[in-house]
Amino acid sequence: MNILYQIFIDPFVQMGTAPDLLVQTLWEGLVAGVLYALIALGFVLIFKASGVFNFAQGIMVVFAALTLVGLYDRGVPAFVALGLTIAVMLGLAFVVERLMLRPLVNQPDIILFMATFGLTYILIGLGEMIFGGDPKVMITDALYLPRGAIDVKMLGGFVSLQKIDIAAAIIASIMVAGLAVFFQKTRIGRALRAVADSHKAALSVGISLEQIWVVVWFAAGIVALATGIMWGARSNVSFALEIIALKALPVLILGGFTSIPGAILGGVIIGIGEKLGEFYWGPLLGSGIESWLAYVIALIFLLFRPQGLFGERIIERI
Amino acid sequence: MRMRNLIFGASVACLVGAPVVASQALAEDTIFVPLLTYRTGPFANSGIPIANGMHDYLDMLNERDGGIGGVKIAVEECETGYKNEKGVECYEALKNKKPVVVNPYSTGITLALIPKASVDHIPVLSMAYGLSASAQGQDFPWIFNPPATYWDGLSMIIKYIAEKEGGFDKLKGKTIGYVYFDGGYGLEPIPLLDQLAKDYGFEVKKYPVPPADMQNQSGLWLNVRRDRPAWMIMWGWGAMNPAAVQEAAKINYPMDHFIGIWWSGSEDDARPAAAGGKGYLSLNFNGVGASYPAMQDIIKYVIEKGKGQTLKHKVGENFYNRGVMNSAIVAEAIRNAQQLTGKKVVNADDVRRGFESLKISAARWKELGLDGFAGPIDVSCTDHNGHHAAYVQQWDGTKWVKTSDWITPMKDKVQPLLDAAAKDYVTKNQPWPKRTEACDKSS
Amino acid sequence: MLYREAGQYKTSYAADQAVFPILQDRVGLAAILLVAFVVIPLAGNSFLLQAVMIPFLVMGLATIGLNLLVGYTGLLSLGTGAFMGVGAFACYKLATLFPGVNILIWVIASGFVAAGVGVLFGLPSLRIKGFYLAVATLAAQFFLSWCFIRVPWLYNYNISASIEVPTRTFLGVPVTGPTATPVTRYLVVLTIVVVMTWLASNLVHGRIGRMWMAVRDMDIAAELIGIKLYRTKLLAFAVSSFFCGVAGAMLAFLWLGAAESESFNINQSFLVLFMVIIGGLGSLTGSFFGAIFIWGLPIVLRNAPGVFGLSITAATVEHITFMTVGVLIIFFLIVEPAGLARLWQIGKQKLRVWPFPY
Repeated sequence: MNILYQIFIDPFVQMGTAPDLLVQTLWEGLVAGVLYALIALGFVLIFKASGVFNFAQGIMVVFAALTLVGLYDRGVPAFVALGLTIAVMLGLAFVVERLMLRPLVNQPDIILFMATFGLTYILIGLGEMIFGGDPKVMITDALYLPRGAIDVKMLGGFVSLQKIDIAAAIIASIMVAGLAVFFQKTRIGRALRAVADSHKAALSVGISLEQIWVVVWFAAGIVALATGIMWGARSNVSFALEIIALKALPVLILGGFTSIPGAILGGVIIGIGEKLGEFYWGPLLGSGIESWLAYVIALIFLLFRPQGLFGERIIERI
Repeated sequence: MRMRNLIFGASVACLVGAPVVASQALAEDTIFVPLLTYRTGPFANSGIPIANGMHDYLDMLNERDGGIGGVKIAVEECETGYKNEKGVECYEALKNKKPVVVNPYSTGITLALIPKASVDHIPVLSMAYGLSASAQGQDFPWIFNPPATYWDGLSMIIKYIAEKEGGFDKLKGKTIGYVYFDGGYGLEPIPLLDQLAKDYGFEVKKYPVPPADMQNQSGLWLNVRRDRPAWMIMWGWGAMNPAAVQEAAKINYPMDHFIGIWWSGSEDDARPAAAGGKGYLSLNFNGVGASYPAMQDIIKYVIEKGKGQTLKHKVGENFYNRGVMNSAIVAEAIRNAQQLTGKKVVNADDVRRGFESLKISAARWKELGLDGFAGPIDVSCTDHNGHHAAYVQQWDGTKWVKTSDWITPMKDKVQPLLDAAAKDYVTKNQPWPKRTEACDKSS
Repeated sequence: MLYREAGQYKTSYAADQAVFPILQDRVGLAAILLVAFVVIPLAGNSFLLQAVMIPFLVMGLATIGLNLLVGYTGLLSLGTGAFMGVGAFACYKLATLFPGVNILIWVIASGFVAAGVGVLFGLPSLRIKGFYLAVATLAAQFFLSWCFIRVPWLYNYNISASIEVPTRTFLGVPVTGPTATPVTRYLVVLTIVVVMTWLASNLVHGRIGRMWMAVRDMDIAAELIGIKLYRTKLLAFAVSSFFCGVAGAMLAFLWLGAAESESFNINQSFLVLFMVIIGGLGSLTGSFFGAIFIWGLPIVLRNAPGVFGLSITAATVEHITFMTVGVLIIFFLIVEPAGLARLWQIGKQKLRVWPFPY
């Protein structure tokens, strides 16, 4: 009886008695969700255009952030370092397309997935060798990113909104809007959507697959850089970030693998669900349930809607 | 497919078949001290300065004194990445080179190596980490963990909290939060914590940090904000430390009520929180700063000659000095071994006896060029730890400042737990070899 | 020229349907077994046995387990590490609850426990397919990892939250615990792996294996010809988890001598998946190729500078190892996407007509 009360009644009582904490939890969930969604966005970009599930997205986030901080530490001014990092990501896109994607064209998806594993290893080794394994502090001040928090007094307590989180949400929205415009309105965007539909058909109308792949990996690299900056500003830039990228998988499940708005919405749902679950139901189970709650949410969702919120319906033909 | 490609592919694959029996012949007259370090992975931020300190001090002894007792020390690092399998692999690989001591620097690896080292007869130095129960020399003749165990450390923290609150009776009814690494390292102090909570009437709230979520602690600290414990104790390592300090600053937790164990006290742990980290406390048993003569020697003989592992301004940071202390203890044990046996090139059995008779007084620290660097260390045949004191330091925004006197552990609370834990370990791991090594008179 | 099967006529159906119909194959297999059972224990040193052969065999068994699921049945699973952990912890509980029973029985029994857990977490496969199933198994992986720490009963309330392996004997010789010699442990592991590989080979070449492959190729068509999907898929999960569970128990008891939740984390799952894919999906010999490649390559790379007399710091060697492993993964995927097993097959085919090109 007590257990039932604890599971079903008590958390809502808590939500009612401390509404400022509820709002704070929702805000934290939203912020975490936006960050997960940013990583998922990188996945979606590459998956949409080349059908490759890019496992290396997580390490690209770390690598981009490390390059930025590493260049700054060597004395390059912040925005020049930013520009150089963007150039590095473009170079990486070229190299990946030339050496990895082109030889593996038309291979089954699992092979390409494995190849991105190899890419992950390469980037880990390269990143650690060039920049060292000790964690770096993100250069938030030099990039004119805000620091500190706004404490909003409401509902009997206060809700603390970190300015950097607000900035992250704004930047993520701008990025999503920009990408949506890019996909809908520009020629390259249309070409990307064509490639996502069918490689062969796109080739037959004269779209250069190689160029498209470079563009899309570059776009994913930019997204990775933004994610790295935001995430690095919240906690340090270190290789532990790469494991958080796995959290993007439940986001992709919810939102579908090929939908950009789906990635954002899925991210927000997962983020909020995770934080609410950990905060109100976590202590019951011994806490630390954040490590698996997102996946269980995704699993339950999958059982009812196997293609996700926005994904295309899977039609199997014999 | 082309034959050429096939042969090339096959030969690359066959490369793996090369028998891996590589063991370089070591020079006859050296003492081999392997260092199990991790400069990669999520714990590298803690592992790198310690590895640097350990390595540089031994190199300094080689350069300045020509080794210990005239015999050079052969130092070799083996990268473990804080992973147990790699640690065991390193141990197996280095076993054949006749190491005189093993420093795993990971509680997980130490636990895996304790049974092996006891059978292979290689001393394990797990300085203030590892299995607390290995302080019982009778049951663990080959394991040493001076200057204090985790249980000692926890009792010292509780003592400090009680002192700040105005007495042990003031602890009644208060809530103390415990944020810890969700693994053997963080779980070990919990029995003592629960015991002390019962004895003194305070409530303990536990906040585990899963290893995969070390940088994603915002949810956990929301819980802390809800519970508002009066004090927070942290048992963190690697990327967990700076993330925790930053999150604590974000929820405006009073930093001077947030105290970490000696492994949560690196400058890199407090620095990222910038102004928010000021006031953060941590336990410590070695000194900080590079003003000690031995540190100056390291700079002179190793760093400036380009043979050092790190940059000059990093010498003197807390974890670097911790690594130096580790190597200083190893060097003293080797010296003791040389004195006890009269040999110059001592082996693992000799160094074990050297560890057991380890006595570094304040005067001896001064002789080593580390005056006031650490408290006296006294290891004996039955007590492989010594249960020595530690002090509390505070982060002032740029450096650590000693903010309390040396606090002694609550031996009366800790000793029964140690006895019980040692007995428990021995029973669970039957047949556990009975100690056959004799006690030296001097230990 | 050497590998021709000219002159080898089969005179019975059984001989024709044999797994190794060519005499040279059988001779080769016997030679490998001879080397494994006799030569390596006699000639190998402790490092070779402890750090190369035993891990290779243990990981090889886990790779076979995952290959049965991913390669033969087409169900992508990222929960291998967790199932290995279930095997290890189950073996520990059984061994400590019933200390009198032979440890080898418990090693095999723990496989059954892992099979049960595998079936439970494989239930979503009835509804979810392809890559989405991988996420479902990730839920299993993270949840079980959490359980291994949060349920202290599993590790007998040890303060260290890890399994401390007790010493157990077999025929009077210690096989687990610190007093067990590497040779003893190696022989035990080798025997178990050989027997289980033979089991897997029989499964795969028989009716059940064909059912799995039908499900992999086109499950709707398989259902149409009368294969019960749910039974086949759950059986795949059960058998795969059985193999992984036994591998996990061997990892804890016969290889490391200790284990904790972190030994069975997501990285372990990815490692075994690498081995499956590099070795070759749907191939038992490929599983072993993949295991020795992914496991042995870093060891060779780490020790190579020492052999050649170069002094590179351990950390740099680690970095170079990572990069080289990544490059080689991509290289092998480009050269032969079907894995090392396919390379081996092509090699054998070329040998049959050598020195002629075709």
